[in-house]
Amino acid sequence: MIEKHYDIVVIGSGAGGGTAAQALIPLARDGRRVLVLEQGPRLRDDEFTGRELDMAESLYEDAGGFLTADGTMTLAFGRAYGGSTVVYTGTSLIAPERVIRRWNVPGLDAADLARRSRNFMEQNSVHLVAEDLLNDNNRLFREGARVAGYHCEQFPLNLKGCLGSSLCNLGCPNAAKQGTHRVQLPNAERHGIEVVTRAEALRVEQHAVVARVYAKQGGKGEESEWAPGEYRIRAGVIIVAGGAIGSSALLLRSGLKRRLPRLGAGFTCHPAFILVAEHDHPITNDVGHPKSFFVDRAEAEGYVLETCMYFPFTTAKNLTGFGAEHSAMLRAYPRLQMILVLACDRATAGNRIDIDAAGRPVVHYRFTPQVVRSMVAATRASARIFFGAGAVRVHAPTARPHTIERNEAGGVDERIHERWFIPGTTTVSAAHLMGGCGMGRSLADSVTDAHGRVHGVPWLRVADSSLFPDALEINPYLTVMALADRVAEGVLADAGTLLQAGVAAG
Amino acid sequence: MDAIAEPAVLAPHRATFRAFACTVVPEAERLDDAGWSEVERTIEGALAHRPAKLRRQLGLLLRAIEALARFRGGRGFSRLDAAARERFIDSLQRSPVLVVRRGIWGLRTLVLMGYYTRDEAMQAVGYRAHPHGWAARRTPP
Repeated sequence: MIEKHYDIVVIGSGAGGGTAAQALIPLARDGRRVLVLEQGPRLRDDEFTGRELDMAESLYEDAGGFLTADGTMTLAFGRAYGGSTVVYTGTSLIAPERVIRRWNVPGLDAADLARRSRNFMEQNSVHLVAEDLLNDNNRLFREGARVAGYHCEQFPLNLKGCLGSSLCNLGCPNAAKQGTHRVQLPNAERHGIEVVTRAEALRVEQHAVVARVYAKQGGKGEESEWAPGEYRIRAGVIIVAGGAIGSSALLLRSGLKRRLPRLGAGFTCHPAFILVAEHDHPITNDVGHPKSFFVDRAEAEGYVLETCMYFPFTTAKNLTGFGAEHSAMLRAYPRLQMILVLACDRATAGNRIDIDAAGRPVVHYRFTPQVVRSMVAATRASARIFFGAGAVRVHAPTARPHTIERNEAGGVDERIHERWFIPGTTTVSAAHLMGGCGMGRSLADSVTDAHGRVHGVPWLRVADSSLFPDALEINPYLTVMALADRVAEGVLADAGTLLQAGVAAG
Repeated sequence: MDAIAEPAVLAPHRATFRAFACTVVPEAERLDDAGWSEVERTIEGALAHRPAKLRRQLGLLLRAIEALARFRGGRGFSRLDAAARERFIDSLQRSPVLVVRRGIWGLRTLVLMGYYTRDEAMQAVGYRAHPHGWAARRTPP
């Protein structure tokens, strides 16, 4: 085992880790050694080809096919320099005040999160896409929502020089999306912070991380910055930011469940459907930014609707059924409008992150009746929006038959029904993975305090979406950045004491 | 993707797999040898990164599909006509047993991945996304 010494190690380079790394620049300037470990590869700009299979294999855990324990839901999360910020659509929303109030974490203030979020919006060039660059898929959503009587809002997006490739979820081929791989991490590296890719954190020990660095074995991306092998990296402070699943699994592998009984608990993920409708004429859908508008019914009905556009395989997978009807819908691709339905789930006792005997993450998730009701209500609302926009038929996974023709539009409430939500057959996916190291008051209800300090382990901090004690009910990245900024601020404040203790321990 | 020398999972069950694939995507009936090879290579490539247990389960599932059809109707799945295959898969999709439903869902997903990530299939459905976005379209917004 190769020994290394740093002052601070950040595990993960996504919205949490990348943000924390940048916030630690003052320490690097003071000569402190800061290291970021990233499990995934660092891709060159010319490797972002937009090809579905290649990019999914390069940028997502399990190529985007990570399944929950019972196999009824796919969880998508990034694994690359920049983490999931490489593969999100750049939506940048400030956490709703009512949600932060409901979280009821002592010391966590919605106004503080909003202030930090606004700073990152400015840093990441967040703005509204100009009207003349909206594609038909987005315009039709807005028009359909208006006709159907839903309040539609435009997403602020973190783009700079967007060409409208529509390939955001496969990593922007034009370096336009301002994720941590474009903004915070390069800035941190310019100031002397080291980032090591292809480095998997195996476990956390007292003031140390044991990590394995892998050699490149085909596929995309640069070789790791370090030689392949196993490393023990000693540090005064360790910041865990591997995402809800990665961070929880790492701390579980490290044997911390005994002292942190809530570790892994409180997993939520905004379970999602991709809904599709066919128009009688071609529309612009696979060109232009895919996600410009949303309808927020979280507070009233427990769901959010968003515009989206996916690639042929992802679309095919998310349509329910098979055979001629399924193929016909795929062959209507140039005429397809799409809506992403997100259910606002709640932390429940059984939905949690665990590990198997080999230490791999296992996510236990059951769809509660409330989630199923929300998804069905959202599907009905989407059908109204589709028909309001002029669609001739709608594919609804919770309808039998799945296709609802325009002349049946008046009957969507009867056709779309909870009894047709069949786990294991109805395709459900999620990309907003939250919880597992939740913030709270004490060991009894949480893993960390409001500044990501792990209860009883002052040198160990958490700085990612695993901190969420419950679902956020909006796209989470900006809130992750705001929280990570708070965590790093706490580390800066405590640095003198913590790093002294780290030296003593090392 | 890394080259796969010889399909490890699908080859022993090729007739069942191809019959299943043609039921999920009827257009797969028109695939030539090169087309099938591409579909199967993509799937094998994805499976190569998955645990051995999953690959074994997939082999077992294909064997079970063939055998169950024979048990129910006297003919193996790969020897059924298209309509009978569709009815059979539909019945498995509606099974009260979760492990059966998720097995069919998983196999269906692999077929869709193998079929719809081919350039030919993407062109056939009219998918035109391009890294240059609007500039690559003849008609700007």
